Amino acid sequence: MRTNIFRLSFVLILIHTISYGQSEGMARIDGARYIPLYGRDSTVVEVKDFDLDVYPVTNKEYMAFVAKYPEWQKSNAKKIFADKMYLRNWKNDLEINDDANLNSPVTYISWFAAKAYCDCQGKRLPTMDEWEYAAMSDETVKDARIKKSYNEQILSWYEAPRSNENLIGENPKNFWGVYDLHGLVWEWTSDFNSVLMSGESRKDNEKDDNLFCGSASLGATDLMNYAAFMRYAFRGSIKANYAIKNLGFRCAKDIEIP
Amino acid sequence: MKSLPFLKTISLLSLLLMFSCFKEKKTEYASTEEIPVNREMIAELTAPPHVPAPVGKRKAKKLIVKMEILEAEGEISNGVRYVYWTFGGSVPGSFIRARVGDEIEFHLQNHPDNKLPHNIDLHAVNGPGGGAESSFVAPGHEKVFSFKVLAPGLFVYHCATAPVGMHIANGMYGLILIEPEGGLPPVDKEYYVMQGDFYTAGPNGERGLQAFDMQKAVDEKADYVVFNGSVGALTGDGALTAKVGETVRLFVGNGGPGLVSSFHVIGEIFDKVHVEGGELVNSNVQTTLIPAGGAAMVEFKVDVPGSYVLVDHSIFRAFNKGALGLLNVTGEENEKIYSGEQMDNIYLPEGPGIQKMPTTDEIKESDVPAKSFDEQMKFGKQIYGQTCIACHQAEGQGIANAFPPLANSDYLNADVDRAIEAVLYGLSGEITVNGNKYNSIMTAQMISQEEVANVLTYVYNSWGNNKTVVTTEMVKKVKSKK
Repeated sequence: MRTNIFRLSFVLILIHTISYGQSEGMARIDGARYIPLYGRDSTVVEVKDFDLDVYPVTNKEYMAFVAKYPEWQKSNAKKIFADKMYLRNWKNDLEINDDANLNSPVTYISWFAAKAYCDCQGKRLPTMDEWEYAAMSDETVKDARIKKSYNEQILSWYEAPRSNENLIGENPKNFWGVYDLHGLVWEWTSDFNSVLMSGESRKDNEKDDNLFCGSASLGATDLMNYAAFMRYAFRGSIKANYAIKNLGFRCAKDIEIP
Repeated sequence: MKSLPFLKTISLLSLLLMFSCFKEKKTEYASTEEIPVNREMIAELTAPPHVPAPVGKRKAKKLIVKMEILEAEGEISNGVRYVYWTFGGSVPGSFIRARVGDEIEFHLQNHPDNKLPHNIDLHAVNGPGGGAESSFVAPGHEKVFSFKVLAPGLFVYHCATAPVGMHIANGMYGLILIEPEGGLPPVDKEYYVMQGDFYTAGPNGERGLQAFDMQKAVDEKADYVVFNGSVGALTGDGALTAKVGETVRLFVGNGGPGLVSSFHVIGEIFDKVHVEGGELVNSNVQTTLIPAGGAAMVEFKVDVPGSYVLVDHSIFRAFNKGALGLLNVTGEENEKIYSGEQMDNIYLPEGPGIQKMPTTDEIKESDVPAKSFDEQMKFGKQIYGQTCIACHQAEGQGIANAFPPLANSDYLNADVDRAIEAVLYGLSGEITVNGNKYNSIMTAQMISQEEVANVLTYVYNSWGNNKTVVTTEMVKKVKSKK
């Protein structure tokens, strides 16, 4: 009996997957309107349904990519598209250093490289609004931003050293079935620099009165803003040709209408 | 390799000195902005409590400062770990020393292993953000900006990246000293001391890696208030030193993020205080207020040997949260200035004079019991450092005529139950220790039974005592007798 149910549910999942055209290794994110933690004027944004890679792109996957696309090999990549830190932890054009794990997220990747990778898979980089939307869920709810535990976990990761060397899939999966949005590496988004932080964050505070008041309100809101602040600050500090040790990526995809 | 710039400085200085012998003419400038710079020099940076060599009579230069940002785990108190974010690998960050008229080319380097972008706001900069805007730097990158040093004084620098409070709370602050033309008057000893408050997930003393607690920081409820980044950074081997007759100058800063410091040195009067690090000099000051994000230069001549205690005179911070450092002065006694104890008479006031402390029944046992002798020693040392050290001193030597020694103590070694009782319930009245009579009061200690066992084990296995191992059971037994 039990196996029958299993079989049935499996078939259902299969049907579900086929009927919506969901891609392998991706999770369906049901879109909605939401207010980003700290974004363009703190207004409501709309995210349409989209698919998101369940895991960040790994070293192994990226090795397969450069084998197929030599222009993205370490010695061939153009400097305007990837600075000299690009694939810094690789011993040659095709292989990463021996001490790196193949199932760790690939890092030292520029935005151009990440974008090319996704393009070649028939995918794209997620937008910042999509990424933030998917990342605001915890294991049980879509929007966990007001939970103390959610914010504490994120903040503690921001302080933990060398997490880029960990393996994918070790953090619990979130509501959408996506792993490691927090806890492993920063991730590129297609429009990472659309919210400009000047680097003088106190001044940015003044520019945005909503945010300023928001950060002075309840304790939970403070924590929420702080975690987001750090992500936006990070994004504000980078340029598209930067390759950084703690920065990886994953791809997204529009939903194919059959 | 390191001594090379130093040697260069020395040779340059001596050249300049020779030069100045021939030419005593001093040029006046309409403003410090007009002071010309000649030559380049790499700035010497030092970790606390040390400061770079004084500028002396050197001319204004283009001074190249290379500051590396490191995020690294360290020890904030015995057994308590914390992830610090630092300028130059230390908390407070490297000390920068320059003179008025210098043109500083600042290189801010964010180590590739770091997770976060950072920047620097130097209070010595005239310009928006104090450099923060121009120095916002991603991990694995370096930003360069320049500024002309216009005003003398002692200035704080700190990180100003969002969330600003968190970056400062994790240790991202330090001092930059701008000396006037010709330098500050020479003194015998100079030290760099900076206070900071820390907010940890667990309460003060909870072992293990402690995360930063944003809520406590917002509430300004610090678990640690320390000098130079950790409890005990300026005690034991880290204590500052001087000799009788020397003049000591302390460059004291306060990084905050939350608390203002009532800086005081127990047993000294500051001959001079450069109030708030500026030009105003106040004389004969007992305690000087150092705002968060501010600094002061204090100077005093030490006349009598002994230990002088640096504290934040918001005094619970000193004895309970770590804001305590030592300046050990050696040399000849001077009884004219300080006699030491001259008399000990009986004085009996009316009514009970002894404070009643809560009994240990209310105290929760530690969540992490010691599993071995080594751990007992480790935990015991920590409790000793928090609870006993103020009176019985770092090496258990006590203080003559006031607090009996615990080192080589016949009183202690004769009766372990009596020692347990003293810790549990306090001790008053006359006792004789190693032939000397003491008549003072020890209060009952507010620590758990396990902690009593650990701290006594530590004491009994240190400083030549009889190596008794005290167990929690022994403490329980003594407690049940009463």
